[in-house]
Amino acid sequence: MNLKLKKLIDKELKKYPSDKKQSAVIAALAIMQNDRGWLSKEDISEVALYLDMPEIAVLEVATFYNMFDLKSVGKYKLSICTNISCMLRQADHIVNHLKEKLQIDFNEVTKDGKFCLKESECMGACGGAPLLTVNNQKMHENLNIDKVDQLLKELK
Amino acid sequence: MNDVVDKNIQLENNNKQLFNICLRTSSLKNPGSIKTYQSIGGYEQIKRILKNNIDPQQLIDEIKISGLRGRGGAGFPTGVKWSFMPRDYDGTKYIVCNSDEGEPGTFKDRDIIRYNPHQLIEGMIIGAYIMNAQVGFNYIHGEIWEEYVSFEKAIEDARKAGFLGNNILGSGFDFELHAVHGYGAYICGEETALIESIEGKKGQPRYKPPFPATYGIYGKPTNVNNTETYASIPWIIEHGGQEFMNHGVPNSGGTKIFSVSGHVEKPGNYEIQLGMPFRQLLAEAGGVWKNRRLKAVIPGGPSTPVVPANIIMDATLDYDGLAQIGSSVGAGSMIVMDESTCMVQALRRLSYFFYEESCGQCTPCREGTGWVYRIVDRIFKGQATLADLDLLTDVSKKISGRTICALGDAAATPVLSFIKHFRSEFENFIKHGKSLN
Ligand SMILES: Cc1cc2nc3c(=O)[nH]c(=O)nc-3n(C[C@H](O)[C@H](O)[C@H](O)COP(=O)(O)O)c2cc1C
Ligand code: SF4
Repeated sequence: MNLKLKKLIDKELKKYPSDKKQSAVIAALAIMQNDRGWLSKEDISEVALYLDMPEIAVLEVATFYNMFDLKSVGKYKLSICTNISCMLRQADHIVNHLKEKLQIDFNEVTKDGKFCLKESECMGACGGAPLLTVNNQKMHENLNIDKVDQLLKELK
Repeated sequence: MNDVVDKNIQLENNNKQLFNICLRTSSLKNPGSIKTYQSIGGYEQIKRILKNNIDPQQLIDEIKISGLRGRGGAGFPTGVKWSFMPRDYDGTKYIVCNSDEGEPGTFKDRDIIRYNPHQLIEGMIIGAYIMNAQVGFNYIHGEIWEEYVSFEKAIEDARKAGFLGNNILGSGFDFELHAVHGYGAYICGEETALIESIEGKKGQPRYKPPFPATYGIYGKPTNVNNTETYASIPWIIEHGGQEFMNHGVPNSGGTKIFSVSGHVEKPGNYEIQLGMPFRQLLAEAGGVWKNRRLKAVIPGGPSTPVVPANIIMDATLDYDGLAQIGSSVGAGSMIVMDESTCMVQALRRLSYFFYEESCGQCTPCREGTGWVYRIVDRIFKGQATLADLDLLTDVSKKISGRTICALGDAAATPVLSFIKHFRSEFENFIKHGKSLN
């Protein structure tokens, strides 16, 4: 864990009493994952050490919350919602298009290591259905086939 | 006959409109900035309260008069809830804003955070003053990352302006507010799961009692309210509880945001005066898309029962109006389905959601939601028998009321209501092995 990451985690720690470091575990794991793309066993250990937590408690959190990845998800993880509001706005067309174009199924990574496709639950933005996020942070709404093609082009 | 006459009178007398309270900055330039909020009188209420040292009990009374009910789904009266917090407790007390909206069809809190974050912050400061809490958290759904980042900035701006921190505006009152984020677990919207999550654990709901007001974050008294609930507070304090109440109907005071999604021309958030007829809101949302006919509506999110078109068409949108037709306001997450919708497919997706999101602590929920999903999936794949419909009902009824948190009941609700109203569609699907839609 480099100094930059430590600083980011320290900022999160300030939100909690000094004897409650564990409270920052979700934020710390998110910061690590952002930096590395996914969480390895070593990353989990580092977070445990930094927050004075048993490794198993950190692992529990990393496996409970769906946005954490314990395996490589390529350079760009595309998480697409298929829940009811998106389903009603034909998210299945977008999913099929992506699967065909990228030649992968859900939870697979393209051969060049660039894209991974994840099926996701409701993201709380159903007015913009269908929608997806890139690497947990950037949301793209009101998708259609053209927009998806454009997006894939932009993700270098 | 009498019924018909009554209904007409009711509709004639009804002059409910869209009216923005929580979203009142949304049509202004730079709606989310502190400057914009202050230009419409923002932060004046907390200034007035602190300057005059207004008695918290007086403020609670005003909120009780307003009729404000929790907007997170359960509809519990906010004024009453706030009076449960022990005022004379010696030590840190917490207040939490629940912005973890992840129930399918819910997307109102995101717009409050995007377009009117400072009204939410002022609402929380007023809440902290009333409940005498020193620390607050806004727990934001992990998937709306950009809103999390923008809310952190809003907090920073409020702090720079002197509304957060120690000795706020020289009053001696201290309140610190932090944004925290989830990371993809619907169950963390349940208030005790949310508290566990803030403590850095898996989001598994706690047994109640003890309630958060006595044993919350780190075992300290804690109050949890929905984003929209908090955002309503500054307006109520400014205009008075009665004025807020007047925007709605008796027992359903004020305005409420309905998030309309699915088969309408203009999906989006509509803040309505409670008591508005359903057909009026449907028209505001541009009507059913593609000139199709309405089939069914889930009025308040999947934990509220689905209602067929002919029944919802004459309903009004308020706590009693929706209760009368066997459903409820929930979080105001209105999912509209047109005539082409296959109810088996819709229920299959909802059942999968609850199965996927069950935290796994209670056997009826953990096992039951999986069972339910597999049966609906079997129907969808044309491999079910008619007996499966009774099995489905039976399993769902055995989840309800036998679990630690309300996710179990929520999972049973779509199953029971879909089968109640659309039984023949399910039977036809089973008989023919496919949708006849
Ligand atoms: C499974 C489940 C999910 C929930 N999700 C949310 C949520 O996302 N947002 C919310 O405000 N309340 C949610 N609630 C309700 C909360 O437990 C709590 O009642 C609410 O935040 C209280 O605030 P209010 O009184 O202002 O409505 C959920 C409840 C359950 C059982
Ligand atoms: S009802 Fe379901 S989600 Fe709630 S505590 Fe039990 S297992 Fe967990």
